Amino acid sequence: MPAVIDVQGLHKRYGDTVAVDDVSLTVAEGEIFGILGRNGAGKTTTVECIEGLRRPDRGEIRVLGLDPRRERAELTQVLGAQLQDSQLPDAIGVAEALKLYSSFYRAPADWHEIMDMLGLASKAKTAFGKLSGGQKQRVSIALALVGNPRVAVLDELTTGLDPQARRDTWDLIEGVRSRGVTIVLVTHFMEEAERLCDRVAVIDAGRVIALDTPAALAEQAEEQQRIQFRPSVPFDDTLLTSLPDVTSVIHRGDVVVVTGNSNALNAVTSVLARQQIVARQLRVEQASLEDAFVELTGRHPSGQPETV
Amino acid sequence: MSVTTVSHPAAQRGFALGRLTLVELRMLLRERSRLIRMVIPFVLLVIFGSIPFYTHDRASLGGYSLFDAYLPILVSYALAMVALTGLATVLAGYREKGVLRRLQTTPAGPVRVLAAQIISQLAVVAVMVVLIIAVARLGYGVFLPRQAAGFVIAALLAAAALLSLGLLVAAVSKNSQAAQGIGLVLFFPLMFFAGLFFPIPVMPAFLQHLSHATPLGAAVGAMSAAWVGHWPQALQLWTLAAYAVGCGLAAARFFRWE
Repeated sequence: MPAVIDVQGLHKRYGDTVAVDDVSLTVAEGEIFGILGRNGAGKTTTVECIEGLRRPDRGEIRVLGLDPRRERAELTQVLGAQLQDSQLPDAIGVAEALKLYSSFYRAPADWHEIMDMLGLASKAKTAFGKLSGGQKQRVSIALALVGNPRVAVLDELTTGLDPQARRDTWDLIEGVRSRGVTIVLVTHFMEEAERLCDRVAVIDAGRVIALDTPAALAEQAEEQQRIQFRPSVPFDDTLLTSLPDVTSVIHRGDVVVVTGNSNALNAVTSVLARQQIVARQLRVEQASLEDAFVELTGRHPSGQPETV
Repeated sequence: MSVTTVSHPAAQRGFALGRLTLVELRMLLRERSRLIRMVIPFVLLVIFGSIPFYTHDRASLGGYSLFDAYLPILVSYALAMVALTGLATVLAGYREKGVLRRLQTTPAGPVRVLAAQIISQLAVVAVMVVLIIAVARLGYGVFLPRQAAGFVIAALLAAAALLSLGLLVAAVSKNSQAAQGIGLVLFFPLMFFAGLFFPIPVMPAFLQHLSHATPLGAAVGAMSAAWVGHWPQALQLWTLAAYAVGCGLAAARFFRWE
């Protein structure tokens, strides 16, 4: 089956800064494809080229067989975009905007249903400028979907949403995908990528440094396990650091945090048992996408709090 | 989850520009500060119309009153206000907010929204001009423009010139604040040369020539001539056309969508 989105050798610079440096990726029909990276990594420029908003300096892009720049009119009928930082005029009403936008498309969705789907029915007559940040975000998503697109590009989907609204939006996106829409999700939020994406492209400094399923990427992280506990009696760190499966031991107040490879848990609990040290409030975490990301890029994604 | 698809029959689909224009017009009329600004010319009309000094006919003006002479200036005021504080600030605001960028991802495209804004502002200014003339006629007995066709042409060219200028201001303004600032800076010289502060015929010759080279000075000259029954001077009509085309081309050259 031909790819829905095919990007080959994309290159884009602004003045002296190279924003996107030889990015290639393909998106298959019906998948949720994540583009993950820190702010400024080149994610937004990449999708703007896919959407036809920017002209690449080099490279070929095809979306559903269309050239985003030269066949923009046709592309806009089948691609819906939710743009970061793009607002509507303050004075426009929610229902007014949905109705207006739906009228642009040949075969739009029923905008009443979209409004209900996104929980905006109670705000139908409210002016855009009077909505909360989360509500504005939902209107933005609604506008991306109202044209019944075959491909939806969502940039920073859940920024500014509270945790419940975030989860509701994730459910919504999975529902949209189950209707056969291909989704490109740009995010710097690890949990979102892990939860939603079939495959993820990790972009750093304008290049794709990894492209795989979230699970496969997580498995590539060297530090596979993180074990936390409160020891019943204090002990010397070398007890654990001498183990070959353990990478590091740090203390956070009373809590001991041990990181190591996938065999670390076995090794640590054996040693503690032999010393008759009880590990209280034991917690084990498998490596996540975030760990893989940090190892791949050498830095934490911006905006993320330091996690253990 | 399934969402029903609605297919618009051709008749229902109609014209995207038309629908955009209606929405833009509705939005314009929702803003209270804008509505208040639109009332100002009428307030001025009423004030001057009630002052005998302005309304009595003068031989020195060929039998017309200062009030009669004032009307084309009021019309120019309305034009400048709509073009500079209306069109320019709204468009600059749209760019600042990312509205134009968003529309680029839709079939409608940002150009249509620009056109819808221009048409809406043109509609607003047309209604204002008609009302100014009607109130002057019905409330103060001022005669309707005697050279009607000439007046309409002069007014349309003046509107084109000013709206083009508004587009140019929008093109070079980073945001709506900047547009407002530039509009303000332009407004006073424009209105000075339109004769708002003292009438053009009273200006020294050098300033008179200068004022006829400005868009509103040319507009007032052309409209005044038509009002009393002469065909507007060709030079003034050409001046207005030149501003319309020149500012329009410059706006097209410099306009950034984001």
